Amino acid sequence: MSPPPLSWYLLLSAVLFGLGVAGFLFKRNIITVFMSIELMLNAVNLSFVAFAYQWKQVDGHLFVFFVIVVAAAEAAVGLAIILAVFRNRGTLNPDELGQMRR
Amino acid sequence: MDAVLFWTFALIAVACAVNLIWQRHPIASAISLIGVMGSLAVLYLLLGAEFIAAVQVIIYAGAIMVLFVFVIMLLNAGREERTPGSRLARYLGLPLLATLVIQMGYLVARPTRLSERVELGSFATSTKQIGRELFGRYLLPFEVTSILILAAIVGAVALARRQDPAEGAGEPGEKESA
Repeated sequence: MSPPPLSWYLLLSAVLFGLGVAGFLFKRNIITVFMSIELMLNAVNLSFVAFAYQWKQVDGHLFVFFVIVVAAAEAAVGLAIILAVFRNRGTLNPDELGQMRR
Repeated sequence: MDAVLFWTFALIAVACAVNLIWQRHPIASAISLIGVMGSLAVLYLLLGAEFIAAVQVIIYAGAIMVLFVFVIMLLNAGREERTPGSRLARYLGLPLLATLVIQMGYLVARPTRLSERVELGSFATSTKQIGRELFGRYLLPFEVTSILILAAIVGAVALARRQDPAEGAGEPGEKESA
């Protein structure tokens, strides 16, 4: 088998992003919805690394580095918000979290 | 060798992503997500991004997923209930997904400059190169992320702090004063 072309990496990235969108829409647990967002971020990171390979530039790797840092901050704040929401509302189902105030 | 590695880990990534959606227990979804991240780290290595592959495993599969698993255990999250709601997802979700995948497949399958074969080792970045760029041209964004992380730490601690029972169960004003 010959090595795969770069476009296959981008196709895989698109498939993973689509699966992340599907999980975001379909899942009924706010933690899993959050995981779908992380899946989408990972798919975009794969695109960045693939384009860094295409242009033989290291900048794409740095963007991925910043995306990972921001994702870590986002996960910390988001999970803290989930904790606070669960404590106030007692549910993890996003259908029942339609309004921010009680 | 490259093709075998690519296909193996691409299929593992897609299978784990499908499993993430399929499973109804959040812990199973979290483990699937770790599978996706681990196989993506191998693909990063194939694309010559050794530093990013290491960071992916350490920060994503390590730190962030530990955070997720902790929160799942802390909230004692069980199996998610199936609700009949979300007509938007039912009627728009799959057509939109199909459109996205078909369009991307069409664009990517045409012979362009992206049809270049990916050879392992033809573009290898060292951590030294990344460090030079990070502390050279990207010094300002790097410093800004440190402020962002500081704000995130303070925000997470303020939000997740257990409220005083004397103040009543969960008044919104509590969060604003924190």
